[in-house]
Amino acid sequence: MTHKTVLHAKHLESNAKMVNFYGWEMPINYGSQIEEHHAVRKNAGMFDVSHMTIVDVQGADAKSFLRRLVINDVAKLTVSGKALYTGMLNHEGGVIDDLIIYFFTDTNYRLVVNSATREKDLAWLAEQSKGLDLTISERPQYGMIAVQGPEARAKVATLLTDEQQACVEGMKPFFGVQVGDLFIATTGYTGEDGYEIIVPEDAAADFWQKLLEAGVVPCGLGARDTLRLEAGMNLYGLDMDESVSPLAANMAWTIAWEPQDRNFIGREALTVQKAAGDQPKLVGLVLKEKGVLRAGLKVIIGEGEGKGEGIITSGTFSPTLGHSIAMARVPRSVKIGDTVEVEMRKKLVAVQVTKASFVRNGKKVF
Amino acid sequence: MSNIPSDLKYATSHEWVRNEGDGTVTIGITEHAQGLLGDMVFVELPEVGDKVTTGDDIAVAESVKAASDIYAPVSGEVVAINEDLEDSPELVNSDAFGDGWMFKIKLDDAGELENLLNAEGYKNSIDED
Repeated sequence: MTHKTVLHAKHLESNAKMVNFYGWEMPINYGSQIEEHHAVRKNAGMFDVSHMTIVDVQGADAKSFLRRLVINDVAKLTVSGKALYTGMLNHEGGVIDDLIIYFFTDTNYRLVVNSATREKDLAWLAEQSKGLDLTISERPQYGMIAVQGPEARAKVATLLTDEQQACVEGMKPFFGVQVGDLFIATTGYTGEDGYEIIVPEDAAADFWQKLLEAGVVPCGLGARDTLRLEAGMNLYGLDMDESVSPLAANMAWTIAWEPQDRNFIGREALTVQKAAGDQPKLVGLVLKEKGVLRAGLKVIIGEGEGKGEGIITSGTFSPTLGHSIAMARVPRSVKIGDTVEVEMRKKLVAVQVTKASFVRNGKKVF
Repeated sequence: MSNIPSDLKYATSHEWVRNEGDGTVTIGITEHAQGLLGDMVFVELPEVGDKVTTGDDIAVAESVKAASDIYAPVSGEVVAINEDLEDSPELVNSDAFGDGWMFKIKLDDAGELENLLNAEGYKNSIDED
């Protein structure tokens, strides 16, 4: 039995090819994922992300709970609507999930977590909040639509009232605001400008239809993956999971080490790892020749004594760049600019090591 | 349901074969196969002059999703390849049975064509998938 989002019928109307994505029947593409990818880089595309899990954390202990739950510090959030990307760890320092936290007040936060990890996330939240003065409320009664691309904001503006538009006009990246029925946030998973919009279930199909009529191209999970990978954004389950430290997943920037007395879950394990300096790291790989780097392929570094190994965590063909790119977990000694080898179809192929970020706002960034 | 022209022969591994009537055949992958693979990004073809045997993997169709081997459906010599696929691999998606053709083989034994499936046989084979 698969779940369907409130936009399921709209996808079928647009001739989507549907696939089972962790128990949800979701569009993989509507014909060509490459054309959908280009629409987001050059114009505006939209994704049904209603399968993602929205959780509101409210109550007197909400702030202290979240300061312990995640590796970034929600105390940094002081302006209503400001969002924070971070991870929540188990006691061994492995990543249970990555998530976005929106701050409204010290007693009112909204979390958006992955759908594939929904059950274990909710169980972890329940366990860690035992005895605290707060409520944890999942909000399944909403649809969520990501509208992304250089023209995304302008196209959404045509659907908003003057009053709503005034609230989002000029909103900085990583903010969210409730305007009437809509929660509009300047977040995304593509490396482009745009919004993620939470809309009441009964208004979602109509909102999607109006975006279609405004010329926003429906995009599936296929394009979502090539876009996020070009942008160097992690995908939970591939680039990190419970066996992987955030230090080995390009998430060190989301760890707030100060103040030192903030005892977040996993801090002890991370402190030991950091002192040892032995965690691998996540880098980018670029292949200019024919062929596509794919998850699971082995990376071979150096020869003889110093020989090391790594693994590709995510790989794809980059439609924007016209060649393959990947993220790979490799020993810390590997440097940006190095040449390493990947075993592909029984051959060793030379690839360049880059930072794990390839395209931002339509432009190559390495 | 995808298109399966009745004037072609097929292999269960999703290649189509057109008998050109001059001892050569033109080969590509079916519309059904390109649909399974999704957007094509690279096509690696054999070289003209290569001698191939039925069942050899002689080409690769690489899509956003996966790399897939293309097998020689008949034995013979490669006499032409579709060089347009170098810059426009998407022709395999847009016109699998036409501009998306991959290579031509001069048959060693025209009798081999009898071993291939007709349209109905191919349709049954993909219905079983």
